[in-house]
Amino acid sequence: MEDRNGNVEAEERRKKRQARTENLKRKWYQFSRNKMSVVGLVIVVLIILAAVFQSLIAPYPQHAKEYVDFANANKAPCAQFLLGTDAYGRDVLSRIIFSFRNALMMGLGVLCVAVPVGVIMGLIAGYYKDKIGSTVIMRVVDIFLSLPSLVLALAVAALLEPNLFHSMMALTFSWWAWYARLVYGKASSIRKEYYIQSAELIGAGRFHILFREVLPNCFSTILTKMTLDMGVVILMGASLSFVGLGEQPPNPALGTMISDGYKTLPENWWLTLFPALAIMLIVLAFNLLGDGISDMMSSGEG
Amino acid sequence: MKRLKYILHRLLWSVFVLFGLSILIFCIARVIPGDAATMALGTRATEEAKELYREQNHLNEPIPVQYVYWLKSAVQGDFGQSTQTRRAVSSDVAEFLPATLELILFAAILEIVGGLLLGVLCARYAGSWFDNLIRVVSYVGISVPAFVWAILFMLTFSFLIPILPTIGRISAGITVPPVTGFLLIDSLIAGNFQAFGDVLKHLIMPGTALALAGIAQSARITRGSMLENVEKDYVGSEIASGMPLRRVYARYILRPAASPTVAIIALDIAAMLGNAFLVEVIYSYPGISKYGINAILNKDLNAIVAVVLVIGVTFLIVNILVDIISSVLDPRIRA
Repeated sequence: MEDRNGNVEAEERRKKRQARTENLKRKWYQFSRNKMSVVGLVIVVLIILAAVFQSLIAPYPQHAKEYVDFANANKAPCAQFLLGTDAYGRDVLSRIIFSFRNALMMGLGVLCVAVPVGVIMGLIAGYYKDKIGSTVIMRVVDIFLSLPSLVLALAVAALLEPNLFHSMMALTFSWWAWYARLVYGKASSIRKEYYIQSAELIGAGRFHILFREVLPNCFSTILTKMTLDMGVVILMGASLSFVGLGEQPPNPALGTMISDGYKTLPENWWLTLFPALAIMLIVLAFNLLGDGISDMMSSGEG
Repeated sequence: MKRLKYILHRLLWSVFVLFGLSILIFCIARVIPGDAATMALGTRATEEAKELYREQNHLNEPIPVQYVYWLKSAVQGDFGQSTQTRRAVSSDVAEFLPATLELILFAAILEIVGGLLLGVLCARYAGSWFDNLIRVVSYVGISVPAFVWAILFMLTFSFLIPILPTIGRISAGITVPPVTGFLLIDSLIAGNFQAFGDVLKHLIMPGTALALAGIAQSARITRGSMLENVEKDYVGSEIASGMPLRRVYARYILRPAASPTVAIIALDIAAMLGNAFLVEVIYSYPGISKYGINAILNKDLNAIVAVVLVIGVTFLIVNILVDIISSVLDPRIRA
């Protein structure tokens, strides 16, 4: 008897596993139907790998720090320095590879704080839509969104000591409100659904309803926006470091490299062009990936 | 009548948002930076001078009281003195704001015309090589930040093929009597077409750099919502009844499709206002954003607050205008 029970359980487990792999396969099909999404995924993975193994990949790892080699200063792209060298004789390719880690950290760091804060605010405001607290939260959100995010971030970063952490703080400060508004819309539209009403009737706690009933139904919207936002946050981070409010020299940052480089146009064009292309590549890759994820999420939930 | 009520409601709401925005900016500017007196007078100022400065600017009062003082003078257009130009911030703003508005307006017009035109063409010839080409191009357009475009344009059109002026708003030696501060309008008033052309030439590169992402985005959205409308039954019946295709497209496909495009334009203008900070620096364009960046780099508090507030007001006005336009285009919004 026991043995048979065990068999049934094993059978069920096997079926569940099978269903899960099928589900994954279907998701992958939906994602990869558009070949561009796969291209985006590959580039993102390559960039992450480059960021992790930066000191192994970069041809001159020591050039990412303070390093001076005036003999090789301002060299155009050649076999020895594939993307040329800057005014201190540092290899541009190495510095670009070393700046990937901070760019990714920037995106992740900002979203890791802004998304939970915004989501929780949006959930509360959306679910308790009739309460006064909801109105207060959403009015504050409106005020934050009444300024272009880059302007708000510039204003905050301007008043802090310029460094990577503070530029992340400034961006977070102007970013959470977007998620609050997004989740508010979704949560307030599903708060009268039957499954939520029945949870209320059974007597489920507020936390259960907010985080186990409402939140999972907002996941696909949030995730899609997050992947698309990775590119945008990295871009904003580059914009902040372009005006000197991000990572400080001698540490490499794409924005700083461009702002140093464009002053020497048109002679030393490689100092500007290649970091600019690097930003373009990162943002494009995350946009393609984000579109793929949104395809995956929108066609058939679950 | 209903429309008037809607607009009035929006205006009242904007006043509230503006009020909240001023509190937010004031708090940012007064709480974060530490001692405002040291920042205004420099670290070498004597203790007495700093104390005098604090006394004069009510810095010894609690923050809410300071806010009331600040609001009182701000309403009268007095934002204090700029530490970098040593002039009243309000006169700096008055001098630099028109240049930026001119640039943003130019970019917005480029976006609306370019985006709608490309979107309509793509929807009309959906699936053709032109449609595919524009799709790929618009992908790149969205992914490249405005300041990178600005630099790429500069490389191409000022150095590689030097046909456009690189920096500033108007060439040295050409002057127009200031009337509105908008050089395009001023030069037309003066009847100086050479100046008009010169100013236009200076606007092309920064304007296009700002507008490109928006053009790509609005083209995609226009195309998408037009294609949705093509499948509607009423479109089929209009075509079947023999109405000219051109008219069907203009009246029954484009008009309902235009309102999502208009809505996205408000967001794009927000992005332009932000990106203008970098683009103006690159082209040394004498606008309020370049002034703002200098204020930021010099920690010029009064100027930062005023610039941020002015941009907030601009954005609010844009939002109201967009709301009104979309309520005209799509009467369902007012319900």
